[in-house]
Order: sequence, then structure tokens, then C-alpha cells
Amino acid sequence: MNNKKSLGAKLVGAPYYLWAAIFTVVPICIVMYYSFTDSNGNFTINNLGQIGAYMDTFILSICLGAVATAICLVIAYPMAFIISQMPASKQRIVLILVMLPMWINLLLRTYSLMNILEDEGIINNILSFLNLPAIHLINTKTAVVIGMVYNFLPYMILPIYTVMSRIETPVLEASKDLGSNWFQTFLRVVFPLSIPGIMSGITMVFVPSVSTFYISQKLGGTMELIGDTIDRQFNRNNDFNSGAALSFILMIMIFICMAVMNKFSDDGEETIVV
Amino acid sequence: MKLSSLWSKMYLILIFILLYAPIAVMVVFSFNSGNSTAVFSGFSLRWYESLFKDRAILNALYNTIILAVLSAIISTVLGTAAAVGISYLAKWQRKIVESVTNIPMMNPDIVTGVSLLLLYVFVGKNLLGNSAVLGFWTVLISHITFNLPYVILSVQPALRGCDTHLSEAARDLGCTPVGAFFRVVLPAISTGILTGFIMAFTLSIDDFVITYFTSGNAFETLPMKIYNMTKMKVKPDINALSTLMVVTILLLLVLINIFEARSNKKQRR
Repeated sequence: MNNKKSLGAKLVGAPYYLWAAIFTVVPICIVMYYSFTDSNGNFTINNLGQIGAYMDTFILSICLGAVATAICLVIAYPMAFIISQMPASKQRIVLILVMLPMWINLLLRTYSLMNILEDEGIINNILSFLNLPAIHLINTKTAVVIGMVYNFLPYMILPIYTVMSRIETPVLEASKDLGSNWFQTFLRVVFPLSIPGIMSGITMVFVPSVSTFYISQKLGGTMELIGDTIDRQFNRNNDFNSGAALSFILMIMIFICMAVMNKFSDDGEETIVV
Repeated sequence: MKLSSLWSKMYLILIFILLYAPIAVMVVFSFNSGNSTAVFSGFSLRWYESLFKDRAILNALYNTIILAVLSAIISTVLGTAAAVGISYLAKWQRKIVESVTNIPMMNPDIVTGVSLLLLYVFVGKNLLGNSAVLGFWTVLISHITFNLPYVILSVQPALRGCDTHLSEAARDLGCTPVGAFFRVVLPAISTGILTGFIMAFTLSIDDFVITYFTSGNAFETLPMKIYNMTKMKVKPDINALSTLMVVTILLLLVLINIFEARSNKKQRR
């Protein structure tokens, strides 16, 4: 009886295991296959060898992604804290307000941002109305970072809010009773407890920022991030092998970042337990 | 304390102004009578008119909805079965399955898109002898693939919260294991399944990057259409489209909230 049940139960999951194997595991192997072959299917390491030529693009993507992530963290952290301290009924409304922009397609948000940042866009129209000198924003790194921060800010606010809302008031009161002032309570209690949220916020903002191509196309002008290079290799140059190699490196890079992040957040959790 | 709460209110309001400014701009300029997306010259509905005359947009909207419904249904069925199956696995097996499940969520969209594209091209070229495989079916498969982890992750907590004694009791009372599943376990995890379904549906509607890589030029969803529209410097008809989408989303959110509030009340009773 028991054996029958476990066999049947195992079969329930089988269609998914098959699906995941074919459409998740195999594609990654095929990316590797394309990375290590030329267009005729012969083994080569040239695709990975020419990555050196794209080093600047990789570095630029990482830098802009890192700056955008840092700005998101600085903006989101106080925001998440403020929301977590609100009465529960208000929290719900404020959270919906945080999430609503996420439901609007990234393309539309970015496009609207472009209209705002342009040389003859809304910001400069307002500035000229006030007789102030115009500022040039569009097609600069600043504009791309603004685009990343704007689009991905909710991904930083929500996970930090989630961990903060789990900190119970008695914990904060205990810290106060034991003689900490507000700042010490924050530094020794709230901050360490919020580290897992910070870590998942960082990955949730950093990964899409580093790999974006639409934001840089609309707000960065001719600037090319790693996503743009991959897009160009696949959709204009038809160079699947080099595109695959770039994607493979991007994937490895992000997996390493995630592993480091996970290590940090695990450590964070351990200190909480201790 | 008073002062700090004033500061925090001001901070929240400031961030919300920044978050909503581009959306407000979109809505306002959708009613612009001029061609500009930066100078407002008067109120008009002409962009809405031109939107509803654009067959390609309506067609893209239709494609998007069909795709979202199909991919959400299939991934919900597969994902729910997977969550149940995973709960019976030994620990080491579960670890493997869960790490594979995490891959589409951890990978940047562009890598998922590229890897699926390469799979389709590879299979098309080497196994089917046909290089024009991209289209509706490849997009559907891709959407199911990136939806599945979210469905599984929504169903798993509901399943863990479900009392195993209940289904045992049902079987003691004469239910077959399958009957016990459909009559006892399934109703108990229905909220998790519904959450997974809604998530899959919205993810599918919203996806651009993976569709972009796996559709070829053969199949156009709304985000793809928007991408093609914004390639050039365009007219404000895209703002009209955005406004309609914002209004739809707002209505949906309000409905979901009313629905949730009601079911909460019911539960309290």
C-alpha cells in the first residue's frame, strides 16, 4: 500500500521534472555548446577568447548596476522602515502604492521617463519656464542610472519591508529597556535583523539592472551595456556563438554574485540565531 | 517623535511623487491634442481613436491575453502537481529539484530568453530540419517555463500548512488516495493555487525580454508591439495605450482587494 502510494506520488511530479529538464537544464547545456563551437559546429574557444574585447562593456554594466543598486538601497531602506512602523491598515494601502508601478510594463515606464528627461522634455520645459539653464540628461550614464533606480526601486523596498515587518515590537522594547537609545537599537537590533531583506533586495535590483538592454537603449543613446551587446549579436549580427558566450559569462558572473550574497545573508541569519 | 513622524511622512510623499510622476505624465499626455509628448497643447481624445483603429494593437492585445490564459492554466496544473510530487521526495532529491526550479528565477531574463532561443534553434535545425520554428508555440513554452517556479513557490507553503491527517482521515472513511486528494487536499491549498495562477498570468502579460528572444517576428504580444512602437520617436498614441493599461490594472487591484477583504471576513466568521 505504502509503496504504491509513493510510486503514484512520484509520478505526480514527473511531468514537471521532465519539463524542467528539457526547458531549463538542456537550454543551459546548449548555451555552453554554442559558446564552445563556431558557426559550423567545430570546437573553439575563440568566442570566449574575444570576451576581452567586451571587458569595458562588462565593467560599465557592473558599475552602473552597482550604483543603481546602492542608490535604491539608500532610498528604500528608510522607506521600508517608515512603512513597517505604520498602523497595519495604512501599511496595506502604502504597499499597494509601492507595487502598482511594478504592474505597469517596464517599457512604458522607461519610455515615459525618456519624455521627461529629454533635452526638450518636461524637466527642461519646467526649467526654461523658471528661466533656469537647461540640463542635459538624456543619453548620459546618469539617465541610465535614473532609469534603473526608477524601474527597480520597488524590488528593494518590498523585501526589506518584509523582514522589518517581522521584527516584533517587544524586541525593540526589550532593547530600549536594556538601555539602548534609538540609534543603538537601530544599529544593534533592527539593522542586523534586516540583513536578509537587504541581500535579497540587492540581488533583485542588481540582476535586472546589469542585464538590461531596453533602459540603456532608450535613455543611454549609443551607450552599450552587456544586454545590448547580447541583443545585437542575436538579433542583428546573427552571431549566435558569440552571443551565447556573452550570455554564458553573464550567467556565471551573476551566479557568483548570488553565491556571495547568499553566504552573507546566511551569516546574517546565523548571528540572529546566536 | 512628532517631528520625526512629520519627516517620515514628507519622505514617503516625496518618493511617491517620484514614483508616480512618469505615470502621471503618461496619462496627461495621452489626452494631448498635439503631436508632442512634452508640450501640452490642448485636450483631445484623438490618440484613443487612433489606438482603437490600429488593428495590429488589437491583435497584439488578443495574442497577449490568449498566451497569458493558456500559459497560466498549464503552468498552474503542472506546478501544482509538481509541488505535491516534490513534497513526497526524499530530501536529497528535493534539493536537486528545487535548485533546478530556482534557475529561471535567478537567471536574468535575457539569459533565460537566449537559452530557450538556442534550444529552439538547435532542435529546429538538427532534429526537425526546419529553422523557422519560432512563433506562438515557442513563446507559449517559454512562458510556461518561467511561470512554473512561481506557481510551485506559491503552492508549496499552502501544502506545508495542510494537515496530513485530514487526507488520512478521508481515506479511513473510504476515499481512494486520488479522491482524498481532490476532495480534501485540493480545497485546502486552493488559495495557494489561485495566487500562483494570478502570478503566472500577470508575469506572462508583463514579459517582454523572453518573448522578444523566443518569438522570432512571427508572433507579436502587446509588450512586443510597444517595443516596436517605441523604436522610433512616436506619437502619443502609446500614452493612450499605457493609460488604458494603468486603468485596467487599477480596476483589477481594487477588485482583488474587495475580493480578499470579503474572504477575510468570511474566514473570521
